[in-house]
Amino acid sequence: MAETTAKPNPASPPLPSWPDDVYRILKEAGVKQVAMVPDAGHSRLIRAFDADPETRLVTLTTEEEGVAMLAGAWLGGQRGVLLLQSSGVGNCINMLSLPAICHMPLLMLVTMRGDWGEFNPWQIPMGQGTQASLEAMGVIVTRADTPDDVAPTVWGAANLAFNTWRPAAVLIGQRVLGAKNFKELARK
Amino acid sequence: MTNPNALLHRRDVVNELLRDRGDILVIAGLGAPNWDVSAAGDHANNFPLWGAMGAAAMMGLGLALAQPKRKVLVITGDGEMLMGIGSLATIAVEKPPNLTIAVLDNERFGETGMQKTHTASGVDLAGMALAAGIRTSQTVRTMEQVTEIRDLAHQGKGTVFALMKINPEALVFTLPPADGVILTTRFRQSVLGDEALYN
Repeated sequence: MAETTAKPNPASPPLPSWPDDVYRILKEAGVKQVAMVPDAGHSRLIRAFDADPETRLVTLTTEEEGVAMLAGAWLGGQRGVLLLQSSGVGNCINMLSLPAICHMPLLMLVTMRGDWGEFNPWQIPMGQGTQASLEAMGVIVTRADTPDDVAPTVWGAANLAFNTWRPAAVLIGQRVLGAKNFKELARK
Repeated sequence: MTNPNALLHRRDVVNELLRDRGDILVIAGLGAPNWDVSAAGDHANNFPLWGAMGAAAMMGLGLALAQPKRKVLVITGDGEMLMGIGSLATIAVEKPPNLTIAVLDNERFGETGMQKTHTASGVDLAGMALAAGIRTSQTVRTMEQVTEIRDLAHQGKGTVFALMKINPEALVFTLPPADGVILTTRFRQSVLGDEALYN
């Protein structure tokens, strides 16, 4: 009979604090609408917004809905953020015309796949194409590849987006999030 | 007496939806719905799209959530709605009481040579909206029904979806400003006041 009591793994790193820092930065930036297609890397931030009565958390069927929704929010005087995985960036391409041509702020926080330590080959094409796709559509892209770098990078992108009325994206690297391995899960 | 089999004329529909428009906010989908809304009168409270196909309904949602005391009316076409079809599910979940989506359904891609859209083959957008959970979802075939939708849009007592079956007529274009910054700035200035220019 296997031991079923969960024990903390001494090798596990402490829970990262960057999602809490990002939540605080987005609150200070005045974010009122949060549009998202969930990603595991965003789960802690999503829980924080879900518990926040001052923000509206909207689950999308596809990421480009969020680009349009936040354009509408801006027309009505509210700031927002779009939380998505790198695969969802590909879904947004034509919709990014909207903030580009209208000079609207758009803040995108992108958790990366197809990046450091990826095990799933199907994630590679979009993951490797994420930054180039965003830049091709005029989005200002910055990257965070260490936990300590996430909050300052988000702070910088939020200020860029909301003070200069541009689309800006932060790519949160897989090295921050940890690489999954379904092959290990399949063996368990 | 209206012949229920006669298709509605798109500009009659839009003129009626925008009759005595008050302070209602309008998002117009790209193509003919943009020209129809502009033909009814260019207005700072209109945001007519020239691109971003599939955006109209979701822009309406973001605007309706940001401005809960204002009424928001999305006027778009069947092709544009089909491209953003998932947004009906998202909007049904959020249920903003101040959002009406009116789809002008000529069963055609009008700007590209009048090719048939899926609605020409029986895809029922009003049924899809209803099944998504937008309880007030109607197919509109008479001007009396258009007036009912106009009144519901101005009342703002629940999310409304209306599929207007219109004649596939090609009309003279009436163009609003094309520059996105002009459209955005004048809309925000109208809704938010001069403060919008400084923030």
